[in-house]
Formats: sequence, structure tokens, C-alpha cells
Amino acid sequence: MFATPMPMHIPDGFLSVIVSLVLWGISVIVIGFALKRVNTDLEERQIPLMGILAAAVFAGQMLNFSVTGGTSGHLLGAAIATILLGPWPAMLVMTCVVGVQAIVFQDGGLLALGANLFNMAIVGVTVAYFVQRLIQKLAGNRPWVTVVSGFASGWLSIFIASLACGLQLALSGTSPANIAIPAMAGIHALIGIGEGLITAGALAFVTSARSDLLTPEETPTPASRSLWVGGLALAVLLAVISPIASAHPDGLEWVAEQQGFLGRAQAPLYDLMPDYLLPGISNEALATVLAGIAGVGLVLIATIGVAMGRRRSSAT
Amino acid sequence: MSLSQNLDPYLPGSSLVHRLDPRVKVGWALGFILTVALTPPDAWPVGILLVAITAAVAILAEMPAGIVLRRAAMATPFALSALPLLFTVSGHELWTLPWGWTLTYEGAVRCVSVVMKSWLSVIMAGVLTATTRMPVLLGALRALGVPRLLVATVNLMWRYLFVLVAEARRLMHARSARSASSPRPGLHAGGSIAWRAKVTGGMAGSLFLRALARADRTYAAMVARGYDGDIRTLRLTPLTLHERISIILGLAGLGTVAGLGLLLWG
Repeated sequence: MFATPMPMHIPDGFLSVIVSLVLWGISVIVIGFALKRVNTDLEERQIPLMGILAAAVFAGQMLNFSVTGGTSGHLLGAAIATILLGPWPAMLVMTCVVGVQAIVFQDGGLLALGANLFNMAIVGVTVAYFVQRLIQKLAGNRPWVTVVSGFASGWLSIFIASLACGLQLALSGTSPANIAIPAMAGIHALIGIGEGLITAGALAFVTSARSDLLTPEETPTPASRSLWVGGLALAVLLAVISPIASAHPDGLEWVAEQQGFLGRAQAPLYDLMPDYLLPGISNEALATVLAGIAGVGLVLIATIGVAMGRRRSSAT
Repeated sequence: MSLSQNLDPYLPGSSLVHRLDPRVKVGWALGFILTVALTPPDAWPVGILLVAITAAVAILAEMPAGIVLRRAAMATPFALSALPLLFTVSGHELWTLPWGWTLTYEGAVRCVSVVMKSWLSVIMAGVLTATTRMPVLLGALRALGVPRLLVATVNLMWRYLFVLVAEARRLMHARSARSASSPRPGLHAGGSIAWRAKVTGGMAGSLFLRALARADRTYAAMVARGYDGDIRTLRLTPLTLHERISIILGLAGLGTVAGLGLLLWG
């Protein structure tokens, strides 16, 4: 059997029906918009291109390298598809990949497919696009910028998508927020390093072999600008909500109750949490997630700093 | 080659389930998964009924038990995320772990039900793909309203999936052929983790470049055969009255099960 050891494809049964349906709705709207964009923007050659690249992303997820003690680094592919194809086609490519994995290989559920599409196709691609454009805008278009932005967008897209995944599990009442979110974020902060390294290596290879494929984008259209803002908003929103949710799971319970997310049977779920059934984990959770966000900030600041320095030195 | 047998989940056969119209199968499978999701955790009779339905369908589809169980195991790693439920749901205490965590009856019920739900859903989706060829399944999805561009892209993706997976396997073969390792300590293959990642990145890069070149060739070949931007597929025959009635009856039955479960145990 063909299994990608990615603990991000949520199977059926782990999300509540309401969370699944809401995320299905969001995914259908966003992917419908992407379909419309691709239909009007691009010529007829786009179908074979997207189909074959979707197959390549699928096959590329098999590529791995050993890290240590039997663990290995993997590729998810959202960032590299975004950088090679542009955001809208990449969203469709990831939709096809995630959809085929769910329908054909049962990697991720069908009712949960809306959530999986949201995490991997929408959040993954928009965050990757935002990071890549931001770094390129700040540092110009040099080969090393491509590699650095490849790493940053690969890592951040995985990390932010995992926050969304943890938040969905918590909202469904499957895992308490102060366990689900730090666990997801912690695992994927590591998995993301593999993703980032492979993405950077792949872009380095493409730069040296076919640099014409990585020409900077034409003048930004309103739609691509709104996508850029969307990526920023998603990243910030998820990075802010999740530590709050994991520090105050009772707050999430309150939201969930207000929205009618949790039934009567599920309501006692969080009653134990404020009593610190698992002593200290709440603060640790907060610390983990805050550390993750601080890490993101540091990487961005360092990248921007180096980019500014290079730009100045090349100007003189 | 054996490769495609590994990858393609379709199991050739002529069972009752194989011969059903794909639209009927997709409708029933989605209805079943929704019913499973709606069933309250402690509704044991409904749960047993759902297990029985799953088993009956798998037997009717003549699926080998080993394959069914192996596919069900796909969702198992994710079950870890349901484990905290054992301790966080309040209720009747079963026993207390040495470090003060309390296992409750209600928590155990919730945890078991999450895992069972994911199993049943995975098995049912597995039966669907084991008894329906991918192009037929895609035709059914198109008939059920999935946008044409998406279906056309997945169709092409499916056609080239095996080619590109073989490509990726060749890249990995070549890498392992280059990486000799010695049993002597201190003499291990490859450089640092960053170096290994760079090598893998190069493999991914060349995989994508080859895919892009292949897309160009495929497009040229399609144009040469009269492709004008429109993917034409055979139209499915309209659903017969019999098939319509079976979809409606199946969904009504599942709806009754879900409704009873929600009313009596919800």
C-alpha cells in the first residue's frame, strides 16, 4: 500500500459534522474562485500542465531522506507548486492531489476532505505565496533569494496548516486544544524543516537548470494582491488564535458553545481542563506555540535584514 | 508491472457491487459516511448495525479480508489524537493512573467511537475505489456536479500518476545505487542532514522539470490530435428509474438510521 506518513490528512470520524460542513463550504467557494481564475487567465495548455504536475507532486511525496533514527524528511509540495505555477493553479493542483489521496487511497476522509483541502490546498498555498512574494519583494530576484524563500515558504506553509488542523480537531471536541494544537505544531515544526530543505534544494536545482521558469511574476493584479493579503491574514490569524485557544481551552469551549458546536454530551469535555488535569501543560503549550511564532518572526527578520544588507551593498 | 498493481486500488471482479452504477455507489458511500459521522458515540445498536452494513458490503464486493483490514489501518496513526479523550472526558472513573490521570468510562466510549467511525468510513471508501475504475468514478463525480476543469485535470493526473511514480522510484533507486555504506562504525554513507536534503531537493527538482517537459510534449501530442481546450468524455447513460429508486431508498434507509440514533441517544 502506498502511504505518506503525513499526520495532516484528517480521516473521517475525527471532525464533528458541523466543522466538516463549514470547512467544505469555505473550500468549495475558494476553489470555485480559483477555477474561475484559471479558466479565464490561462490558455488551454493549462489542463495537461496542471494534471501532470499534480501527478508529479503526488510522486514527489515519495521522495525522502533519512534524518536520524528511522525518521525521514518528506515533501508535501504546496510551496514548490506555488512557486513554479503561481498561486491559483497551485491551489487546483493541490486540490487534485489531496482529493485523489482521499478518494483513491483513503489518505484522509471524504467528509473531512473539505477540512483537508482547506489546510493543504488553501492555507498551504496562500501562506507559501505570501512568504515567497514578501521575500522576493524585499530582496529582489537573485538566485539565493529563490532558495531562501523556498525554505521559508515551505516551512511556514506546513507549520500554519498544522495549526489550522489542530484548531479543527479542538473545535470538534476530538482533542483538547491544549494538547492538539501544541502537538500538531510541534511535530510539523520539525516536518516543515524537511519540507523547507527539499523545496529549497529543488528550487536551487531548477534555478541552475531552467532559470527561465522562475522569472518574477508580471505586475500584480488585484486578485493576486488579495491572495497575498489573504495569506498574511491566514498566517497571522492562525498564529494568534491557536496559542490563545491552547492557553484557554475553556475560551474555545465558550465559542464552541455559542456557535452550538458542542452538544450536551461533549460539553463536559473541557470542564476538567481549567482544573489542570494535566498540570502545567497549558503554560508549556503556550510556550511551545509562542516559541514557534517567535521562530517564524526571527527567520523573517533575519531574511529581511540580510536582504536589505545585500541590496545596499550591491547598490554602492 | 507490479508497480501499478501496488498503486491502483481497483480490484478486478464482477461482484454485485462491481456492477452497480458508479453514481449509485458514490451516493450511497457518501450517505453512509455522513450517517457514521452523525451517529452519537454511545449508540451501540446503531454502531453494530453500521458495522454489519460495512461487513455485508465488503463481502458482497468479494473483497479479500486482508486487503480490507490493511486499508482500514491507514487511519490508525491518526487515532493518537483521540487518546487524550480517555482522560479528559469526565464521568464514571474506571481507574487512575499512577501520576493522577483518571480514565473514565465516557472517555473510553468517545475514544473507541472516534476510532471505529474512522475505520468504518475508510473501509466503505475503500470498497468504493476497489470496485470502481478511476475514469468511471471520475465520470460519476462529474455527473454529480464536480466542475469539469477539476475532473479533466484529475483524469490527466491519474493517467500520468504511474509514469511519474515510476520516475520517482527510478530517482530513488539511482540514489541508493550511488550511496554505498559500510558496516564499520564511523563510515556511514552521505554527508550531513543538510547535504542529504539538498540531494533529495535536486531529485525533486529534476522530477518537476521532467514533469514540465512531459506536460509540453503531452500538450503538443494532444493538439496534434485535435485538442481545442475541451476534454470530451463519454456521457454516462441516464439513470434508470430502478437506479434512481435505489439511490433514494438507500439514502432514506441511512437517514432513518441516523435519525433514530440521534433521537434515541443524541
